Amino acid sequence: MFNQFSPSKIFSFTSKAPKYIFAIFIVIISIGLIEALFLSPEDYLQSDSVRIMYVHVPAAWISLGIFSLIALLSFSILIFKNKFFPLVAKSLAPSGFVFNIIALVTGSIWGKPTWGTWWVWDARITSMLILGLFYLLYIIAWRIVDTNNVNKVTSIIAIIGVVNVPIIKFSVDWWSTLHQPSSINILSKSTIHESMLLPLIIMTAAFALFSLLIFLMKYNTELIKIKNKGLDRI
Amino acid sequence: MINDVILMNGYGIYVWSAFCFTLVSFATLYYVIKVQLVKEQVKFNKKFSNLITEKADRVKAQKEYKEILSNTSSLKI
Repeated sequence: MFNQFSPSKIFSFTSKAPKYIFAIFIVIISIGLIEALFLSPEDYLQSDSVRIMYVHVPAAWISLGIFSLIALLSFSILIFKNKFFPLVAKSLAPSGFVFNIIALVTGSIWGKPTWGTWWVWDARITSMLILGLFYLLYIIAWRIVDTNNVNKVTSIIAIIGVVNVPIIKFSVDWWSTLHQPSSINILSKSTIHESMLLPLIIMTAAFALFSLLIFLMKYNTELIKIKNKGLDRI
Repeated sequence: MINDVILMNGYGIYVWSAFCFTLVSFATLYYVIKVQLVKEQVKFNKKFSNLITEKADRVKAQKEYKEILSNTSSLKI
């Protein structure tokens, strides 16, 4: 099953797919921006500042999703010793890290008009910052750890870091924080109105496509790097 | 109407700066990753052109190398 991730199987896809994904991304982000900035209604309490939600929430979701995926792959790396999973996990990290930064910065911008402050050591914000530090540690480890140990070290970082993911998710329920409880629930009824849910879903789809695009480009780069090393040995 | 869109009931500065930051981050990340990819493709092409004919033929026969080479040539276009 894991042979499906071998370069020979996947390279023809990763080298051609980005241009199509980029085109679809441009269309979806354009629709999402029109919906988010112009067509969606303002909130009765937060007025137009609620529009920041359309970039803040998808960025946070994707950042959490990518880190969870990296941790899952890392777990598989330690168990199955698959040699292509590290490449996949490594290629996912840059977009996850940038989405984490976007979530923190846009959250800070949203905090000023809503809470009257740019930053507060609230449980969710702090745990999100910790996730950012884990991303940073993971990316740095790929650069500084020697080739023999890098898979093990990065996998351990990701597995330790993923403990923080449920803390981020449930922080608003476990502690008294400035963040409101979740408005969108998969298992129960969402409290967000559909006129706001639609742009949120479109923007999430656009962000997911962008992370896929960056992942494929990065994966491609890593494969060519390996081939370059292979040419050196010929 | 344009004023309403720009000012957004006084929240325009926050909303526009959040959206601009997001889009600038996207553009920067895309640019950085694209530069890395092009750099590796160029390096590959350079190394490949330096190979002697016999070795080059052996490499050309491998599917993955063919893919990289075809992408590098389309990149130049």
